[in-house]
Amino acid sequence: MKRDLLSIADLSRADIERVLNRAESFAEVSGREIKKVPTLRGRTVINLFYEASTRTSSSFELAAKRLSADLVNIKSVGSSVDKGESLKDTVHTLSAYDPAAIVIRHPHAGAAGLVSRWTAASVVNAGDGKHEHPTQALLDLYTLKRRLGGLDGVKVWIVGDVLHSRVARSNIIGLTKMGVDVTVCGPPTLIPRDVESLGCRVRWSLDGIGDADVIYALRMQHERMTGSFVPSLREYAAQYQIDSRRLAPNQLLMHPGPVNRGVELSAEVIDSPQALIVQQVESGVVVRMAVLYELLTGGGDAARAARGRAGQAAPTEPQPA
Amino acid sequence: MSPQLDHNAQHRPGADLLIRGARLLDPAAGIDQEAELLVRGGQVAAIGADLERPDGAEVVDAAGLHAFPAFVDPHVHLRTPGREDEEDLDSGTRAAAAGGYCAIIAQPNTDPVVDSAPIVESLRERARAEARIPTGFMAAITRGQKGEGLTEMAELAAAGAFGFTDDGLPVVRAGVLRQALQYQRLAGLPIALHEEDPSLSAGGAMHEGAVSALLGIGGIPSISESTMIARDAAIAGYEGGCIHIQHVSAKESVAAVENAKAAGVRITAEVSPHHLTLTDEAVRALDANFKMNPPLRAEDDRQVLIEALRSGTLDFIATDHAPHAREEKEQPFETAPFGITGLETAFAVLYTHLVKPGVLPLDVIVDRLSAGGPVFGIDQPTLAPGAPANITLVDLEAEWQVGEAGYESRSANSAWDGETFQSRVRMTVAAGGVAYRERSFAIGAVA
Repeated sequence: MKRDLLSIADLSRADIERVLNRAESFAEVSGREIKKVPTLRGRTVINLFYEASTRTSSSFELAAKRLSADLVNIKSVGSSVDKGESLKDTVHTLSAYDPAAIVIRHPHAGAAGLVSRWTAASVVNAGDGKHEHPTQALLDLYTLKRRLGGLDGVKVWIVGDVLHSRVARSNIIGLTKMGVDVTVCGPPTLIPRDVESLGCRVRWSLDGIGDADVIYALRMQHERMTGSFVPSLREYAAQYQIDSRRLAPNQLLMHPGPVNRGVELSAEVIDSPQALIVQQVESGVVVRMAVLYELLTGGGDAARAARGRAGQAAPTEPQPA
Repeated sequence: MSPQLDHNAQHRPGADLLIRGARLLDPAAGIDQEAELLVRGGQVAAIGADLERPDGAEVVDAAGLHAFPAFVDPHVHLRTPGREDEEDLDSGTRAAAAGGYCAIIAQPNTDPVVDSAPIVESLRERARAEARIPTGFMAAITRGQKGEGLTEMAELAAAGAFGFTDDGLPVVRAGVLRQALQYQRLAGLPIALHEEDPSLSAGGAMHEGAVSALLGIGGIPSISESTMIARDAAIAGYEGGCIHIQHVSAKESVAAVENAKAAGVRITAEVSPHHLTLTDEAVRALDANFKMNPPLRAEDDRQVLIEALRSGTLDFIATDHAPHAREEKEQPFETAPFGITGLETAFAVLYTHLVKPGVLPLDVIVDRLSAGGPVFGIDQPTLAPGAPANITLVDLEAEWQVGEAGYESRSANSAWDGETFQSRVRMTVAAGGVAYRERSFAIGAVA
């Protein structure tokens, strides 16, 4: 694997499979009473979050802690970012602590790529604007693979606001890479022009959603309602809400969270046995452990050393602490 | 009466030069021959074989070089007044001279906006002190470029403005543009338009297409430009006004210009070196040095622009040289400002990417790099005897890496930073004086 995880597009199918297998081995650790391994002992991981986040930041935090890394959480509110420090200067400052990895969430596309130019640490993109959210795609792949056994030929419909969704973009790329047949569906105002070039099909209505093995509903963000992307939440729900009429018993349901109950999903499907939403959250920790492990030991280390900045603790295999 | 360009000619009086060994190429004048060219007192005195060197004349050994009429760029941003940290009249005109230009016109979207006669007059005064090559200034169409009240166009014309533009911003309200075109009958001078419908482009940072779909960056659709060109051409046609379309980027826009010309509208249009040589594919790396407005478009747009430049539907090449401070461009793509520098690289990028591969002939590029002059009342430079000496000497074989020795411009936001180009400007003569000499290009013998 490369030194950084900036985009799911940077991973080969074999890379993705390695991460998913590694996550599987960490899942076994997570089942124990003491969920820690000493793999990253003495190494520092910095969580640098320029946007509000619950799932992603907490699961990265748990992942780093379960790998025994020292963790620093930085949120833009209350930090020097508040005082007008540029991203570049913040990254230079944090790099002076010699972190092994910087996990960054930022409201603008390409921010993680910029950070990787300014630091010797491995950079993990935890969401950059509407661009990508590669660890979300990996945890979704992991969740789905665990449930279905395999991914080749599986039919997934991604439903909702694709235009503003980094989750959709990373998932279209990641799922397609793993042999999944992807259809995106949503209001024509919220489907990016030429999105077919990413290798998916486009549908404007839910007609035909019966063909899907998996329905992946996206969060309908309230701020999109103020524009004229959709006439009203009511109209959106009438056209695109996944409810018990539209979700067949043989179909699985996914959602990246947080859910707007009664908008993109009805309450009964959220609580149905077909919903994998809680499993997705569970997967978040082990998949992010696997990403940190793969980047900070083995391949990622070699790439970092090649850039003349090794000198960090030797990696160890995961073992119960 | 045409407006007058200003520069400081004190240190570069009318030169006496005997340029030997160059291939002279002046497509507009029908000159294409290997010959000597004699400049006396800042004017082209003769072209021919074995010219006698007058006493005191410098012999310029130009063996293997090409001599072109120097270039004219009616669309540059010199960031003065207000952002002299990014560019000033000295650095901007040095960059222009290094790129082979003998005349440029600066855009008025400065701080304050060039929207009153005293600002034009003070800029002209500064140009007479600082500018290395003749420089003109555009004035705004609307006060403060707010798109509402017209500037005092007649007074601005009398103060020496070269035309009117709200460049950087469109004139959103059709009624305001109509009034400007009506008032043009009194003020004269062309009205140059940055065409963009903000209701279509709002929130956009790059061309809308497959790459923006991949990157999740808001798109600026081609129709945000082309629909405004069609609208404004219709208004200009109705009022009998004269408009110039700045930095055409999309194939739909070329069609709109073509239709307007066919309908007899007094309309001209320009295209930039970056739109002729780059596409939105370059944005994949999310480097803010590929962010400009209008944005880099798709390959089929680029092909249409090239053909339109060849056919003359697009009248000339302008760089839209737009310097920005390093910290402004070292931001995520979406928040970084629009614009790239272009004066120092224009010929080399066009030669390397269009002429050398055989896409466009050399004479088309040479002509279109100075054809913008007449649109704004500046005589197109020529090598013909009797004309003021405006000459660019270029080594078409020389290779150089962009930015390797820094830039003459105060800013470094070039889309081609680090790229190796073939063809290098060795010397520029502007308004009769030597304005630029590349470091390695030795000064010839002086008797």
